[in-house]
Amino acid sequence: MPNKILLDSKKIEIILSRLVYQLIENHKDFQDTVLLGLQPRGIFLIDKILEVFKRDHPNIEIKSGILDYTFFRDDFRRSEKILSASSTKIDFSIENKNVVLIDDVLFTGRSIKAAMSSIDTYGRPKSIELLVLIDRRFKREIPIEANYCGAKIDTFKGDRVKVLWGEKLKDNVIYIES
Amino acid sequence: MNKLSVDHLLGIKSLNESDINLIFKTASHFKEVINRPIKKVPTLRDITIANLFFENSTRTKISFELAEKRLGADIINFSSSSSSVKKGESLIDTVNNILAMKVDMIVLRHPNPGSSFLLSQHTDSCIINAGDGAHEHPTQALLDSFSLYENLGDIKNKNILIVGDILHSRVALSNIYTLNLLGANVKLSCPLSLLPKDIEKLNVSVETDIVKALKWCDAVNVLRVQSERMQKSYFPDNREYSMLFGLDINKLNKIKKDILILHPGPINRGVEITSDIVESNNSIILDQVENGVAIRMAIIYLLASKMNFSINE
Repeated sequence: MPNKILLDSKKIEIILSRLVYQLIENHKDFQDTVLLGLQPRGIFLIDKILEVFKRDHPNIEIKSGILDYTFFRDDFRRSEKILSASSTKIDFSIENKNVVLIDDVLFTGRSIKAAMSSIDTYGRPKSIELLVLIDRRFKREIPIEANYCGAKIDTFKGDRVKVLWGEKLKDNVIYIES
Repeated sequence: MNKLSVDHLLGIKSLNESDINLIFKTASHFKEVINRPIKKVPTLRDITIANLFFENSTRTKISFELAEKRLGADIINFSSSSSSVKKGESLIDTVNNILAMKVDMIVLRHPNPGSSFLLSQHTDSCIINAGDGAHEHPTQALLDSFSLYENLGDIKNKNILIVGDILHSRVALSNIYTLNLLGANVKLSCPLSLLPKDIEKLNVSVETDIVKALKWCDAVNVLRVQSERMQKSYFPDNREYSMLFGLDINKLNKIKKDILILHPGPINRGVEITSDIVESNNSIILDQVENGVAIRMAIIYLLASKMNFSINE
């Protein structure tokens, strides 16, 4: 079966602009807010979001970082697959800050649970929110929902949602691989 | 590669280059973890580790213990001086009894070379060698090379000098194996009486003029004179050793360049190295200690990730 395109670059760009406006609506000047892209795939989305901020809202200064939650996952030693860590880069304190976690696809919710546990090792944030580009609803294994969501989609078991990021915003595409 | 080629860490000799690179990569992530406000992760919460130390140790024991605690493991500590070993129990019996209490991993320091290998053959547990006699001390060599890698970048073709009591040193042998695997050039400098026979076969050169050797190197790893392992006298006295092979400001002034200084500890100040050099800007001795925890976390994590989890249903 051929891959089914869910969102083309034009739709993705509209969604990214909307997500940025929603963030601004809730966090105003971002004085007490930090954005954290989740490894491995959320780091591409946060780059695109920061690109939109820089292009459309150059006066807003954003603190951003990268979070790897491998050591907090609940499936260590549960499968043949060895869990490999990626780098984390958080150059600021998150104590008493509003943290927005950013990931490309929300699926079972387990990654987000691990990321939230991981955050605790950096301090106690004032609040934690979640921004995702795609929400694969009906596939959740734990009760976690996104505060900001690009698009909700329904998929069959075994489907893989792929997000391809190009060099420029116009090169992005999201499709289902069956 | 995201998996070690071995199920135990018995020595560097059993590792390959990708194992070492994987350990370094994982250690750099753990170094970030141990610099967080809360330095603990829950990854190994279902693992129990026994630290069996049949020889005295300060930093290796504390370093392993911290690494295990920061990975969330349960630990038990054992020292031979207060155990049934004094009543004549064999090493294998002692370990099998400990394993019967559902221990998953053993960290072993023992005065006999090959003791970790022996355990790996006769027990059903993952073994980490924390030093076996004058044979190997793999975690020390890995943290030494990791500290070099952090400061020099890729250590391929870098010149590394090891000075001191090579004959009685497990650190020297493990360092030679590691540096060879990573493509560094290795030179040894010490009194010939402290040089093991046929050491050149391990792809190292020897230089007894320490100033010449220091001029050649990018980094020097200074080893302690291990008087407690010496059955006879290998050099006239400490003063003469210090004059000829001790690292001091006079010798370093002669080489007219900056080199990194490492020492695995414990340090005999004034014998193999003077206090001002230990505390100088070129010394990365305390970096080595910090990296020791990260390297040991990486090794325990990577070995544990090869142990399958099972729940009795």
